Amino acid sequence: MKAILTTIGTDKVGIIAGVSRYLADHEINILDVSQTIMGGNFTMMMMVALPDTADFQKLTAQLNDLGQELGVEINIRNEQLYRSMHQL
Amino acid sequence: METENILETIKMISDENLDVRTITMSISLLDCIDSDSDIACRKIYEKITTTARDLVKVGQQIENEYGIPIINKRVTVTPIAIVAAASHDHDYVKYAKTLDRAAHEIGIDFIGGYSALVQKGFQKGDRTLLSSLPEALAETELVCASVNVGSTRSGINMDAVAQMGEIIVETSQKDVMGNAKMVVFCNAVEDNPFMAGGFQGVSEPDVVINVGVSGPGVVKAALEQVKGQSMDVVAETIKKTAFKVTRMGQLVGTLAAERLGFPFGIVDLSLAPTPAVGDSVAQILEEIGLESVGTHGTTAALAMLNDAVKKGGIMACSHVGGLSGAFIPVSEDAGMIKAAAAGSLNIEKLEAMTAVCSVGLDMIAIPGDTPASTISAMIADEAAIGMINNKTTAVRVIPVPGKGVGDTVEFGGLLGHAPIMAVNQAGAAEMIQRGGTIPAPIHSFKN
Repeated sequence: MKAILTTIGTDKVGIIAGVSRYLADHEINILDVSQTIMGGNFTMMMMVALPDTADFQKLTAQLNDLGQELGVEINIRNEQLYRSMHQL
Repeated sequence: METENILETIKMISDENLDVRTITMSISLLDCIDSDSDIACRKIYEKITTTARDLVKVGQQIENEYGIPIINKRVTVTPIAIVAAASHDHDYVKYAKTLDRAAHEIGIDFIGGYSALVQKGFQKGDRTLLSSLPEALAETELVCASVNVGSTRSGINMDAVAQMGEIIVETSQKDVMGNAKMVVFCNAVEDNPFMAGGFQGVSEPDVVINVGVSGPGVVKAALEQVKGQSMDVVAETIKKTAFKVTRMGQLVGTLAAERLGFPFGIVDLSLAPTPAVGDSVAQILEEIGLESVGTHGTTAALAMLNDAVKKGGIMACSHVGGLSGAFIPVSEDAGMIKAAAAGSLNIEKLEAMTAVCSVGLDMIAIPGDTPASTISAMIADEAAIGMINNKTTAVRVIPVPGKGVGDTVEFGGLLGHAPIMAVNQAGAAEMIQRGGTIPAPIHSFKN
């Protein structure tokens, strides 16, 4: 299953490293990544591949904790959501 | 995928209260009919708790995986007046309690269908159900009731209108919250996923999944970007926003239907407010340029909003149904509450608004000493608007015993709070006592 992971917050050293390390530790493959500074905020979008059995509830809770540690907001959602809302 | 699109969706969900208001599983109870009401109730309990056992779990899975709040999970059933008619019981409270027990067992928020369709006349089951409404509502927690008293095809059953006034008064005396769970309809729809008026029509499939979307906050936020521009731009902006919101509803409905193993029915494209700040239909109308909802211009702005929501949503999903439009429940909308308290919104203006939006006089608290015949006359007016305009209208008014104009009543949760609104003091008792039928209008004869 493909999902989009977004990381938004104040830029600082180690955000990409922190998020990537978590994903590697949980065997989540990064398929695509883009990162920019938007309105002064660090904004990173990652397309990732998850095993079909992934537990979103657990994943979301752990990413919330990681976000607090790194001082950013991290969200993960099935990519179908964005595709269905913005593409015909 | 465009970063901008992803950020827009995230903003809609986290800042603008975008949510799916309800996934509603609609279940036929026709195969539970039995002349022995104990057997019928056992079959009903078993069918609901078996068919909908995974509804809440699947809803939560979708919420987690897609990060979309799904506020309610609900069930609607075949009108109990039909299901219970074969039994010889003198009241159907047992059926209401069975529905309540099943709803608690599967963990849903509401169950709708303690209903009767009497637009053209009463059958035995209808009379029994109507007379047991106050007790059924007082003795259950999650059961919602509705009665359809009129339609464009059949006219208005004025005997039912008269009786519903009495029932509403009696219900308020048993439990003030009872009337929040009961709706009187004209042109009720058979696939409505919203409460309190949801029930399963007899022409629906055995089990079907319907979805109701929401999102007044998203529309308001979009309109903040087009301040001062023409009404064409406003309508276009609402259409585009409604399209995106509905696509989300279509996605959630399709997923829920797939995972539950039942067909997907319809998306109800409604703007359903909640008392939360920024989740108000009134505030959309004020964003369009009204100083306060209820002032002159409100009906025009609401007509445009309702139409644009439908136009935007209709291409975004495979089947549209339910009520589809803007809801204007007073106690559930922070902007409506403010306007009613300030005196700029009154029942007469709300009635005019119901001619152009998707429902009717909804969640309006009125003085506890309002005569039953006056409530019946309010129902007759709304039913007439629905009948003549070929649309659904409804009345969900709440007489509050011991309270008068200027007082406030607290309903709690999604139902909010409301100032008691003034009702016209001149009576209509003589007209209501006439009973009979208001004949169907000339434009109902289309064959």
